Amino acid sequence: MSVYKEFLLLKRDLGGLLTLFVMPLVLLIAVTIIQDSTFVSASKAKIPILLVDNDNGKVSKTVYDNLQQSTIFTVVTKIDNEPLTESIAKEAVFKGKYQLAIIIPEKLSVDLQAKIDQNVEKITSNLGMTDTLAKTQKTNIVNQKEVKLYFDPAVQMSFKNAVMSSVDKMISQIETKSIYATFQEQLGDGDVSFEQKSFISFKEIVPRVNDEEIIPNSVQHNVPAWTLFAMFFIVLPLSINIVKEKTQGTFVRLRTNPVSNSIVLAGKTVAYLIICMIQFYMMVAVAIFLFPHLGLPSLNVQGHLLMMSVVALFAGFAAIGFGILLGTIAKTQEQSAPFGATSVIILAAIGGVWVPVFAMSKAMQIIAESSPMNWGLNAFYDVLLRNGSLLDILPEISLLFLFFIITTTIALLYDKKKRTV
Amino acid sequence: MQPIIQITKLSKKYKDAETYSLNDFSLSVTEGQIFGLLGPNGAGKTTLISMLCGLIKPTSGSFSIHNLTYADNPNEIKKIIGVVPQEYALYPTLTARENLMYFGSMYGLKGENLKEKIIESLDFLGLLKFADKRIETFSGGMKRRVNLIAGILHNPKILFLDEPTVGVDVQSKSAIIDYLKQLNKNGTTIIYTSHHLSEAEDFCTDIAIIDRGQLYAQDTPENLIRSTANANNLEDVFISLTGKELRDDI
Repeated sequence: MSVYKEFLLLKRDLGGLLTLFVMPLVLLIAVTIIQDSTFVSASKAKIPILLVDNDNGKVSKTVYDNLQQSTIFTVVTKIDNEPLTESIAKEAVFKGKYQLAIIIPEKLSVDLQAKIDQNVEKITSNLGMTDTLAKTQKTNIVNQKEVKLYFDPAVQMSFKNAVMSSVDKMISQIETKSIYATFQEQLGDGDVSFEQKSFISFKEIVPRVNDEEIIPNSVQHNVPAWTLFAMFFIVLPLSINIVKEKTQGTFVRLRTNPVSNSIVLAGKTVAYLIICMIQFYMMVAVAIFLFPHLGLPSLNVQGHLLMMSVVALFAGFAAIGFGILLGTIAKTQEQSAPFGATSVIILAAIGGVWVPVFAMSKAMQIIAESSPMNWGLNAFYDVLLRNGSLLDILPEISLLFLFFIITTTIALLYDKKKRTV
Repeated sequence: MQPIIQITKLSKKYKDAETYSLNDFSLSVTEGQIFGLLGPNGAGKTTLISMLCGLIKPTSGSFSIHNLTYADNPNEIKKIIGVVPQEYALYPTLTARENLMYFGSMYGLKGENLKEKIIESLDFLGLLKFADKRIETFSGGMKRRVNLIAGILHNPKILFLDEPTVGVDVQSKSAIIDYLKQLNKNGTTIIYTSHHLSEAEDFCTDIAIIDRGQLYAQDTPENLIRSTANANNLEDVFISLTGKELRDDI
C-alpha cells in the first residue's frame, strides 16, 4: 500500500513526473548530441578558422590544404571580402567571432628551405662530399620562425591542446618532407629516392567479443554517464516528498502508527527504485532507437542489457539512500531542493561524468574514488566497454549498496535521535 | 475504575530550553472518559500529548497507557491509540478515500472491512459524496472531518485529539463533536485539547487545567466551576487559575 501511495502521489504531480521521466531524456539527448559533435561532427558543421598567410609559399599552401581537407575545420582567409591581416584576425578571435587564427609568418617557405639547405650541406660536407670551407663561409644566419596561434579566450583547454598538437604535427611533417626532398636533391641524379611515408604507424587494438571488435563510440561513453547523472536526480523528488510529509503533518500520523519508519522508507525505496529502472530503460531505449534518427550512433548493448540493469539497480539504491538521508535531515523544501541538485552535480563532477578521472589531479582522483557516481560509471564501463562479468562489477555494486545501507541507517538514527529532543 | 493512562512525575526539557515544558507532572485518566486538557499557549499540552503518542521522549518520569510502556511495548501502544493532530495530516493530492485506505492499511486493516469502515465514517460525517475528490479541493471543515476519520479507522481504545475543531464552521464542529460522542459511547477514551472552553465544558466528562508545565486542577467541569469563587463557567475557572497575563513566547 505504501508503494501504491507513492505512485499515486507521483501520478498526481505533473511537474514531478516531468522531472522524473522527460527531463532525463532531454538531458541525455542534448548532452550526447553536443558531446558527439565535438568529436565526430555528427552535424557536419565545421569550425571556421582564420588563416593569415604572410608566407604565400609552399609551406602555407600545405597548411591551407591540410586544414581544408580536415573534417573538423574550414579555412577562412577573408572577412567581408577583405584579405586577413594579423590584427584583423586577432581582433575577430579575441572578440569570440572565431575560435582560432593561425598566422603564417613571412618568408616561412623560403627560410625553411634555406635552413634545411644549410643543414643538409653541413652534413654532406662532413661526409666529405663537398668543399666544407667554401660552403660555410657563404652561410647566412636564418632566424627561427614562429607560427602564431590566437585562441578565443572562451575556448576550452582540451580544444586548444588538440589544435596545437595537430598544427605541430602538420609543421613537423612539412619540415621532414622538405629535409628528405633536399637530401634527394643534394645526392643527385634521381637514382636515390626516399620513401616519404611515415615508417612508424599506429594501430589501436580494441577488445574483441566472439571475434567481433568492440569499437567504442561517443554514445557508448556518454549514455552510461548521463544516464547515471539523470538517475541520481531522483534525490530531488524523493527528498522533497519526505520533507513535505514533515511539513504537511502526515509525518506525525506515520510516526504514531504501528508501522516502523524503516518499513515506511522501504515502501519509498521500492517505489522510487521502480522509477529509477523505468528511467534507465527509457534512456537506453532512446539511445538505441532514437539516436540513429538524430544522426548519432546507436547504443550497442550487445547482450549486456541484463548486467547494465544490475548496475542501474544498485546505482538506483545509492541515489535513493542519498535522497532519504537528505529528506530526513532537511527541514524545508528550500533546503532540500537546492542542496540536492547541487550535490548531485558535485558528485557527477568528482565522479568523472564530465572530465575523466584519469585526467584529474592526484588529489581529485582520490576524492573521485569516494563518489557513488564514479562507482556506477566504472561498473557501466566495465560492462559496456570492457566486456566485464558480474565478478568484475561486484566491488562497485557492493559499494553502491553499502552507500544505500549507510545513508539509510544514518537517516533512521537521525530520526530516532530527533525524537528524543 | 482502572486508570487507562497513568502519568507519574513526568518532565520534559527541550534541548537549549531554559525552562521545563512539563515539570514533575502527574495525572491519571480513567477508561471511558472524555478528558479535556486545557491551558494557555505554551502551557505544555502539545508536549504532553506528543509524549503520550510516542513522538518525543520524556526527560524524566514515566507513564503507562493501558498498563503498557513505550520502552517495552511501543507497537502494542500504537495499535490501541489513535491520533488526530492539529495539522491536516493528509496527502492533499490524494482523494479522501485514498488517504483513508492508506492510513487504515498502516494499522493492518484491509479489504472489504476497511472499505466499509471508510464508507460508514464518511457517511456519518457527511462526506461520502466527496470520497473520491482530492483533499486539496476540500474546505477546512471537510479536511478536519477526514483528518478525524484517519485517526479512528482502527477503533482505538484511546483517541488523542489536538484542537480537533479549530478553524471550522459551526456545522462541521457539531458533526465532529457528535461523532466523537458516538465513539466514546462505543468505548473509546478521548483525550482532547482545545481553546474552545464552552465546547470543552459541554463535551468533556473530566478536565485538567495545566499551565507552565504543571497541573493546576483536575475534576469534572461542574466541580471545577463549583469550587472556584465567583465562577459561572469554565472560562472563569480558567482565568482564575491561569491569570490574565498574555502568553506570547518565541
